[in-house]
Amino acid sequence: MKDQFVVPARLKKTSFVLMGVGLLTLLIGLIAFHGDNATRFWAGLLQNSSFFLLITLASTFFIAATTLAHGGWQIAFRRVPEAISMAVPVLSAILFVVVMILVFGGKEDIYHWVNAHHVAEDKVLTWKSAFLNKGFFTVATILTLGLWIFFTMKLRKMSIEEDGWDLRPETGRKLLWRNTVVCGGFLVVFTLSVGSTTPWVWLMSIDAHWFSTMYSWYTFASTWVSGLALIALFVVYLKKHGYLPFVNEEHLHDLGKFMFAFSIFWTYLWFSQYMLIWYANMPEETVYFQPRVWGEWRPIFFLNLLINFVTPLLFLMKRDTKRNYTAVVFIAIVIIFGHWLDFWQMVYPGTVKHLVFPWYEFGLGLGFVGLIIFLVSNQLTKAALVPKNHPYLKESIVHHT
Amino acid sequence: MAVKNFVVGLFDEEAVLFPAVKKVRTAGYKLHDVYTPFPIHGLDHAMGLRETSLHTAGFIYGITGTTTALSFMSWVFNVDWPLNIGGKPHFPLPAFIPITFELTVLFAAVGMVMTFCYLCQVMPGVKKHIFHPGQTDDKFVMVIELTEKTNAEEVKSFLASAGAHGINEQKAEAGWWFGRFDKDDEPYLRKVHTANA
Repeated sequence: MKDQFVVPARLKKTSFVLMGVGLLTLLIGLIAFHGDNATRFWAGLLQNSSFFLLITLASTFFIAATTLAHGGWQIAFRRVPEAISMAVPVLSAILFVVVMILVFGGKEDIYHWVNAHHVAEDKVLTWKSAFLNKGFFTVATILTLGLWIFFTMKLRKMSIEEDGWDLRPETGRKLLWRNTVVCGGFLVVFTLSVGSTTPWVWLMSIDAHWFSTMYSWYTFASTWVSGLALIALFVVYLKKHGYLPFVNEEHLHDLGKFMFAFSIFWTYLWFSQYMLIWYANMPEETVYFQPRVWGEWRPIFFLNLLINFVTPLLFLMKRDTKRNYTAVVFIAIVIIFGHWLDFWQMVYPGTVKHLVFPWYEFGLGLGFVGLIIFLVSNQLTKAALVPKNHPYLKESIVHHT
Repeated sequence: MAVKNFVVGLFDEEAVLFPAVKKVRTAGYKLHDVYTPFPIHGLDHAMGLRETSLHTAGFIYGITGTTTALSFMSWVFNVDWPLNIGGKPHFPLPAFIPITFELTVLFAAVGMVMTFCYLCQVMPGVKKHIFHPGQTDDKFVMVIELTEKTNAEEVKSFLASAGAHGINEQKAEAGWWFGRFDKDDEPYLRKVHTANA
């Protein structure tokens, strides 16, 4: 039984090549986009750093949600979301640097509320300034990033520590109880951050006049389904390399069901945001959809629906595709790309304005992918791949859908 | 349906039932059905039942609902009785989506329930032959159909060796018929008798 992951040389090389591509794109971007064009440089960084941070954080959410639900099926591969979640500190640091430069470097083409004169002349922004100001932005960002990192590290530390415990009913109960407490704490933080405030301050404030109460849930759904796809990709990779002996099609089937269900959930939230604005037809709300539906971004708007709703819906509907390793890898890549595109159309119409071919954004995205592969594969080597003292391990081994 | 001959055996435990099901299949006897008081994971696989097509039926009912909703609303608001509602277009797709969704779910759900009832032959007002009353209580009841090639005595001794007890032979209607379980105790059909029960 291969229980200790060793990073294959090819994976290491792939991650370095991808990171190299990312760094190169960043350098080219630095040269290509300066002066008036610098908007695109920063918009690309904001889109990618927020997207990839939130999809790795989805792994912590996965652990927390399944633990609180007393789910047993995921224990056989629980170390995978744990390892993915350990990318959160590094990606948080990157995002923190980016948004701090945006706010304190006066990048008003990204966040136009950072300009004090502009806010003073603008009635809407003046009213919103109690919430939308540099101080609140900084405190909220530091607080949420700090708490995410704290809970993520705590869960990982506890899980590795529990490998050394002996398997007795009392230790099993203790394990479940303390995991439940920490996961409960994390979910409160997660709900108040990703489920409400964080997407408002980082992303929705690009369109500072506009507002949507669905926006955070929409962002959450987008990153959660991509996070599930990321977990599935790593699980299949490890399985295909002879690790994770207890994982089989039954576990893959459940991950597939999750990706299927949350693709529909994303569409539900997408529609809930769109339809109310369409119905009410008020200028201060429709301004957000004007460039997206009737402007240059029209093809992306419909492509977004096609990739993120129609494709997973039809592709994952059949039982056989959810149980097929190749099919799940394909749809997971489609889902991650689709939601990356979704973030692109959330950030760009309000900043860069014009539809551009996203070579720069895509190159940065590849860099982030390389960084995630590097960090996660390193973390996977740090502990056994099966948490052998978890009381629900047997439930996961005999799991049957 | 038809009146057929069956050999019925009772089992007390799941652990005995499972190998017996496998033995029946390898011996080549025609397994009519296995009645259990509760659903048993994996029994359908052991019995060699094929994967259900209920979900395919559900998909077809669902798209029927989608098509019905969209075409009916489009016809009403564009052809039959065009109205100006708050200056909205005559084909306001976003406004149609919730209704389309609901009708998709309704068609799929109702259609699937009815199909399920038909496939399992359960419906209010219909009755099926009960091979042993214990099948809803604490017994696992295995029913083997007798064909021209099978010998009843041979099947009985086979079932006994597989761990069954209370083995008996029954001549019964295999399908369903109109009737009530509380009233029509005697099946309306032709003489059902149990031998050495």
